[in-house]
Amino acid sequence: MSESQNNNVATTRVKRGLAEMLKGGVIMDVVTPEQAKIAEDAGAVAVMALERVPADIRAQGGVARMSDPDMIDGIISAVSIPVMAKARIGHFVEAQILEALNVDYIDESEVLSPADYVNHIDKWNFKVPFVCGATNLGEALRRITEGAAMIRSKGEAGTGDVSEATKHIRTISGEIRALAAKSNDELYVAAKELQAPYELVVEVARSGKLPVVMFTAGGVATPADAAMMMQLGADGVFVGSGIFKSGDPVARAKAIVKAVTFFNDPNVLASVSRGLGEAMVGINVNDIPAPHRLADRGW
Amino acid sequence: MKTIGVLAFQGDVREHLAAVEASGANAVEVRTAAELARIDGLILPGGESTTISKLARMFDMFDPLKASIASGIPTFGTCAGLILLADRILDGIDGQETFGGLDVTVRRNAFGHQTESFETRLAFKGISGPDLVAAFIRAPIIEQVGPEAEVLATLTSGAVVGVRQKSILGVSFHPEVTDEFRVHRYFIDSMVSA
Repeated sequence: MSESQNNNVATTRVKRGLAEMLKGGVIMDVVTPEQAKIAEDAGAVAVMALERVPADIRAQGGVARMSDPDMIDGIISAVSIPVMAKARIGHFVEAQILEALNVDYIDESEVLSPADYVNHIDKWNFKVPFVCGATNLGEALRRITEGAAMIRSKGEAGTGDVSEATKHIRTISGEIRALAAKSNDELYVAAKELQAPYELVVEVARSGKLPVVMFTAGGVATPADAAMMMQLGADGVFVGSGIFKSGDPVARAKAIVKAVTFFNDPNVLASVSRGLGEAMVGINVNDIPAPHRLADRGW
Repeated sequence: MKTIGVLAFQGDVREHLAAVEASGANAVEVRTAAELARIDGLILPGGESTTISKLARMFDMFDPLKASIASGIPTFGTCAGLILLADRILDGIDGQETFGGLDVTVRRNAFGHQTESFETRLAFKGISGPDLVAAFIRAPIIEQVGPEAEVLATLTSGAVVGVRQKSILGVSFHPEVTDEFRVHRYFIDSMVSA
């Protein structure tokens, strides 16, 4: 048997594969190497490097952009787990820079100010994989068509209010179930209604799931929130402001990690929910006027 | 039929469960000592080795797992699972613990960042037929192999990516991700059922 070794770098399988390895885990927003260390020590499967957590972006306003490369370098050197970083929607040059910095995943994120209100990044052009936000199945499939290797249901970042996260994961899961129940001749019009390619729609209808991993994000602030997202079918959770805007980030980070592993065990959830100090104060999504909702960015 | 437990703290548990079922054994998730006591073979999945070992400590499963592996329960680790089975690791985080059992030194993330992750084909001692399809995702390499461990797979560069030491099998790649069930079959047929 001859060994014919042709190494294929950055295939769709290894891009989607890294997300498979993160399943059952918590990805934490961090703004400094020290926070990244705390996240890794608490058991995070990856960190998201950014300049300001969403709660601060919301409070301070202004244009939110890709982070300073020095800060991203500092975080990459501080930890051994994968490092993700955010680029603005449609900003393919920010993505090129993040790839040159050797981040492990790029989040084309509505949390930053969009750079293009028409097109998202053509993610097939990159060796680094991308995660993108979605509020419904059609949006998720359009991002996968553009090359996203992982989907993140959006929720409403920086609020500590989990209701939008609940709405988005229920919407996506419900639309997948509805698709799986359709007969073959109904899938043509389903593709038209979802505004997604027919082949991808058929794939989801046959398998009953997305072809990539889906995490939940946007408003997760407690172990109970995280476990609820897992029970609703998330493969894992992103926690943004919820950890480092809380009273005791170390304890809360560890508790959320435990809750995601034992999401189906109320006794464990009760025990990890004790003694965590103040949760982030939070904003009710209904109090945010529609133009200031981040989830409406992206289409 | 044999029952194989997949350690289900974090990682690509679902893919391993499917690979076990496709290889003619019963697959269950393992998170507790009671679940660990009921299985004929153990799989440590791909994932984050730091996260999995911390969760094992947090839930008092570190010592039971270490003891089971040491006592000879057939055990198979892929990627992070290989790291957790290594007696010695390089480029770990401060104080990173492993269950051990394989007399090898393993370097974490040995190929670099995610953009260096790749697929290839390789031969595997004890598995016949065409070369295996192997996906290496932020993968470790086995840098030093002790006298008790046998090398089963290498890359053309000479890097060791598969070893067996008696009841323990460890590989750097992810046969569970490429539907390459021959490695699971090798584990079940020649290590669990034998």
